[in-house]
Amino acid sequence: MENKRIKISGFGGQGIILSAHIVGQAASIYDGKNASMTQAYGPEARGGACSSQVVISDTEVDYPLVDTSDVLLALSQEGYDKFVGSLRDGGILCYDNDLVGVLQDHSRFDARAIPATRIAEELGKKIVANIVMLGFATRQAGFASYDAMKRTVLERVPPKFRDLNETAFERGYNYGEEVQT
Amino acid sequence: MQNEICCESPIIAGTAEPETNIQHPMEGLLRMDRMPHIWCSGCGLGSVVTAFVEGLKKAGSDFDKVAVVSGIGCTGRVAGYINLDSFHTTHGRAIPFATGLKMANNDMTTVVISGDGDLFAIGGNHLIHAARRNVDINVICVNNFIYGMTGGQTAPTTPLQARSSTAPYGNYEQPFNLVGLAAAAGASYVARWSAMHVRRLADSIAVAANKKGFCFIEVISPCPTVFARKNMGGTGLDLLKSFGERTVIDHDADPTKIPIGMNDEIVCGNFINEDRPTYWENVQTGIRDAVDKENVYWKNL
Amino acid sequence: MFKKSKLRGEFFMQGDIACAEGAVSAGCRFFGGYPITPASEIAERMAYRLPLLNGAFVQFEDEIASMASILGASWTGVKSMTASSGPGISLKAENIGLGMMMEVPCVIVNVQRGGPSTGLPTSWAQADMMQARWGSHGDYGCIALCPKNPQEMFDLTIVAFNYAERYRMPVFVMTDAIVGHMTEKVVVPPVDEIEIIDRRYTDKKPDDYLPYAVGDDLIPDFAKVGDGYRFHSTGLTHDERGYPDMTEHAQLTHAVRIVEKVKKHADDIILLEEKGVEGADVVVVAYGITARTVVPAIEMARKKGIKVGLMRLITAWPFPTKRIRKLAGEIAGFVVPEINLGQMVYEVERCAGGQCKVKSLPHPGGGIHKFETVLSAIEEIAHAK
Repeated sequence: MENKRIKISGFGGQGIILSAHIVGQAASIYDGKNASMTQAYGPEARGGACSSQVVISDTEVDYPLVDTSDVLLALSQEGYDKFVGSLRDGGILCYDNDLVGVLQDHSRFDARAIPATRIAEELGKKIVANIVMLGFATRQAGFASYDAMKRTVLERVPPKFRDLNETAFERGYNYGEEVQT
Repeated sequence: MQNEICCESPIIAGTAEPETNIQHPMEGLLRMDRMPHIWCSGCGLGSVVTAFVEGLKKAGSDFDKVAVVSGIGCTGRVAGYINLDSFHTTHGRAIPFATGLKMANNDMTTVVISGDGDLFAIGGNHLIHAARRNVDINVICVNNFIYGMTGGQTAPTTPLQARSSTAPYGNYEQPFNLVGLAAAAGASYVARWSAMHVRRLADSIAVAANKKGFCFIEVISPCPTVFARKNMGGTGLDLLKSFGERTVIDHDADPTKIPIGMNDEIVCGNFINEDRPTYWENVQTGIRDAVDKENVYWKNL
Repeated sequence: MFKKSKLRGEFFMQGDIACAEGAVSAGCRFFGGYPITPASEIAERMAYRLPLLNGAFVQFEDEIASMASILGASWTGVKSMTASSGPGISLKAENIGLGMMMEVPCVIVNVQRGGPSTGLPTSWAQADMMQARWGSHGDYGCIALCPKNPQEMFDLTIVAFNYAERYRMPVFVMTDAIVGHMTEKVVVPPVDEIEIIDRRYTDKKPDDYLPYAVGDDLIPDFAKVGDGYRFHSTGLTHDERGYPDMTEHAQLTHAVRIVEKVKKHADDIILLEEKGVEGADVVVVAYGITARTVVPAIEMARKKGIKVGLMRLITAWPFPTKRIRKLAGEIAGFVVPEINLGQMVYEVERCAGGQCKVKSLPHPGGGIHKFETVLSAIEEIAHAK
């Protein structure tokens, strides 16, 4: 792996920035790679379109922005619409198929769906949908190791929500296992 | 405009000691190597400096622990003549400069001495916010109703219809009532005197020196060179006399209801003297709980 | 009363936060600030950290006050900082001049965004480089550092404090919204491995102390308030005693000295990083984020057989005049990409003095240089040889 460019998109309040932070921290601090995370947001504090991006590399990251992505995680229709065009040929799309209903042609790349928000609701907290998605994407896109990702998730969330987030991560990861096999 | 003749203060305050060797009563607290000063004959600033030094003496202040910060203008030059740690800063910015100094070294008694234009026009926002925060600094505002050093332009204190270089047909603007503004913004101590009232002014300065919180003292001061010349005429002494005649001392007056006009009464007094938590005290209270949970500081990383 | 909360180890840390942590590690204990995108995270971090370290954070009513406050704080001997973005720096300019005139050590961080005026609040530029140099009126020397990543936001903020203390003046950290809002691994070394320079205090007694008397290094010794020196300092041109002296003579000594002291120590201050510059035909001169984003194009040019080097300005000011002038006599030309419409390129042109080509690669901000643009500029200069 020379460079992996990951784009995460959704709306404000879904933990889009935190998700990228977890990916970057897992890759750079625990997997020993170089990772550079940047963010873009509108002036709205909540609810606006939101995206974050991480570049993971074995060497120093010179170019930190993600113009074309290798991996796109889409947690909203708007985020999907905005960024699916810049997913490279042969890239991987992970999307929440309850939130992204209007689909474009997926033949250029590999598309994998998960009802992340519905799974999160089943677990009792809609807010962990991003962690379900991260678990799923860890298995599907392989940008960081399972151990590093799980460790970072547990570090990044408040102590009393650790169990919930651990379950969310594993549900997402295992959902991926089911899809793969 | 700047008369280099050293003026004698019309009123010499201070108690007369039995003289053994002749020395200026303020020797040691004035930078004698900078005399003569630049102020005009008949200006009230000499009296204010006298009152300030007397006030510090009355307060029993440790002179090594007093810092004076001034802005720009005639009054802005006060810092340069007082033999303490002293700063002559930019126009209007004496209060934030002093706030930084005080917050970084809480042991310093920090006094801002500046003019009405400096503190209430270009620096007005800093004044009301420092009062709101109740920063533990003292502000002595010398109000001569005009911009003196720059040649007599309209100030935010210039009475309605008074003449100035920029109001040749009389001032069209309502002036600020300085004590009212300071009180409304939350000052812990508010007083007004004139350069006539050197002893009372020194007493107020002494109270402020030992009082916590934001203290504001307005001093009405004669500007014979531009304000009097453009308006009623007369010397500094004539102006002082008229201040004396117009003064009504009323400590119970509501400071928001005592604006100063061209010729009507000037209500003086110690209007407000309240204790409320200072900015520094609130900081200490606020962080005490957080300090016990030291691991919280990882959260934002 | 308070335990010291020290950070140490490896963190996935945002650039703005790394800047604040660098300041804390350098010993900064006063921060005066005002909210502004994209620099607010620095203030937020300082608001969080300083009270726990017996320091003080004050959010002021405006940018002017926050700049004035750090000067007041620094006079007490406490290391002080403020942070903002272009619109805020415009407001601070007045008191930056006071800091230069009074020679007050402090650090000013500019997380640059697109301008002029309100411009691009949430996006980036490098268009305040000349503002840093000339932003306040009158003449004064200037030191400005340009971090390229969060690690350097930490490291160079410490260097900025060291320079501020050593040369007794405000020092700029000139970063931008990409680096400020970028998160990468930051290694925070143990405290005893961080080089800290503190200001030089006078060893004279109060009666013998002249606040602005200097020796060969042109830097006056410091006395702080409260120590009985009872000194005076003013924004007016002044003499050795700190007293106003509005004469040509005083201007010739004091005003000239605050320019000359930076020139005199320029070789010690200037930090450059050169990659492949020796023997190159083309040298790309870049700083901050641009020194990273042009690397893929430089690598491609090398693959195509072009001898191209990268000179990264870690300090933009003082400008490395001698080095650029020497290189200009040896190479075909410079390419100067920057996220503004041409600022530092004028310095490169000045130093090149017509000895070689100088090609400006401007970008107005909100985006970064395209790979093809940089590559074709390198090729153009190489082929014109």
